[in-house]
Amino acid sequence: MNYIPHSEQDRQEMLKVIGIRSGNVDELFKGIPAELRALSFDLPSGKSEFEVERYLKSLAEKNATDLVTFVGGGFYDHYIPAAVDAVVSRSEFYTAYTPYQAEASQGTLQAIYEYQSCICRLTGMEVSNASLYDGGTALYEAAMMAIHITGRNKIIMDGGVNPIYRRMMYCYTTNLSIEFVETPVTHGQSDRNEIDKYLDDKTAAVILQNPNFFGAIDDHSDIAEKCHKLGALVIESVYPLSLGVLKTPQEMGADIATGEGQSLGIPLSFGGPYLGFMAARKEFIRRMPGRIVGATTDRAGRRSFILTLQTREQHIRREKATSNICSNEALCALRALVYMCLIGKEGIKEIAALCMNKAEYAKQKLEAIKGVEVKRSSPTFNEFIIKLPGDPNGLIGKLIEKGIAAGFPLGRYYEDMTDYMLIAVTEKRTRQEIAMFAEALEDALWS
Amino acid sequence: MVPQELKYTKEHEWVRIEGGEAVFGITDHAQSELGDVTFVEFPDTGSEIKQFGSLATVESVKAASDIYAPLSGRILKVNEALRDKPEIINQSPYEEGWICRISVADAMEERNLMDASAYETYLKESG
Repeated sequence: MNYIPHSEQDRQEMLKVIGIRSGNVDELFKGIPAELRALSFDLPSGKSEFEVERYLKSLAEKNATDLVTFVGGGFYDHYIPAAVDAVVSRSEFYTAYTPYQAEASQGTLQAIYEYQSCICRLTGMEVSNASLYDGGTALYEAAMMAIHITGRNKIIMDGGVNPIYRRMMYCYTTNLSIEFVETPVTHGQSDRNEIDKYLDDKTAAVILQNPNFFGAIDDHSDIAEKCHKLGALVIESVYPLSLGVLKTPQEMGADIATGEGQSLGIPLSFGGPYLGFMAARKEFIRRMPGRIVGATTDRAGRRSFILTLQTREQHIRREKATSNICSNEALCALRALVYMCLIGKEGIKEIAALCMNKAEYAKQKLEAIKGVEVKRSSPTFNEFIIKLPGDPNGLIGKLIEKGIAAGFPLGRYYEDMTDYMLIAVTEKRTRQEIAMFAEALEDALWS
Repeated sequence: MVPQELKYTKEHEWVRIEGGEAVFGITDHAQSELGDVTFVEFPDTGSEIKQFGSLATVESVKAASDIYAPLSGRILKVNEALRDKPEIINQSPYEEGWICRISVADAMEERNLMDASAYETYLKESG
């Protein structure tokens, strides 16, 4: 049986109709630059199930999954309790398609409702949506939300916002007439003078991140106060686990809080799927993108859950919808919910304190190495910058051979920081691992 | 039966012209098509509006519908009572459920509106 429904004759007829006289299908791909096109489609002959399994296994073995990692940059190696996988892999949750439809099960809706409640508790904000794709898209959605709320189109973005998110922001908004201003980070902190220079009554929002990309902690309350005087909103992107010890976005006066939820029980797994969260002041709920689940009672008076305020969404509001998001990151949101419930309020505080203390220990160990300088201009959470005598890329290769993922080379995003590396330390890193890292780094530098 | 003294638009807004000012809302037909109204998004008072330009949104349990200005002018007042009780639009579309009061910029624009009998015919034809 032939699984390809089109005969050569069908193809020729279709090409004729759309005006490809030569009858050559390749003409359809002419618009794609040659270097981006596949060189050939020579597929090898079929393999048996056993052969495929063996081949895939050999590919998988090339991955270094047991590295002792000090890489962060927005995504972190935190411990995930076994119960997270056990709950999430229940077929009631795991096999169902994204809860797209109004008839999503009560169990799924309740899970999303509880997730929203946890995000509100964590950020201090009043309302949360059902989740978004990742930290970067959540930040973009928050910027659009601010533009719609204020009717203004200027956005000030702090240079401490994750450079990946900033790139995503520009990519998403390429064809919109939004005026972006980027302000620098000075001595590890958001540069107040620069923000003041651009902040005016045409500014929709100031986008900040805490801790910033370099790990530094800031208190943005003063910026929020100035923004509100001018009718601008404050969007704060946060690292959720850091809220165990740091001021919440609400305490700093943020109007919209977003962030990457990966640290809440989601494995790193090569970059995704991750989880974007968003929470805001209640007055902005009708401008929030995505789904929101509410609690209500059914006809018999029983507590039940429902997709609510759907008139914001595109299936009802069409082109005037708050966003084109019409789903949520349900399974990852469920992981975050299970994680937060297992760890609890005190647990999150403990993990945050452990991260912070271990990072301080790592600072001491690393700055004892000749030629390594730890940047100490600002207090940090679990991530900090070190300066090396040269480009760290060679060192990173050497340390990988010893089973250590050393850190993030900042030269990749900042031209003037080629000798700098960003080091992240989570609660998983032991005293021995930190000592081993320091030793390996010293060896790589000087022997 | 639609109130005789009002003027109407094809988008099912009614308007009562009172000297240099006008009050408008949505017709009984519009509210019954929308179903239970849950939220009204108002324009800012003081803002300028153009005849037949979109200026407010009425949300119901099943739709979000734009409200178009029946006449050009400036928003003087919005019906604050609707913020807490949007269902007034369903209960009293022509009286308590008014949406905006405006100052009329050009009285001649009244020619572009339907009178009650024309609107009734319009309803029958489009029904």
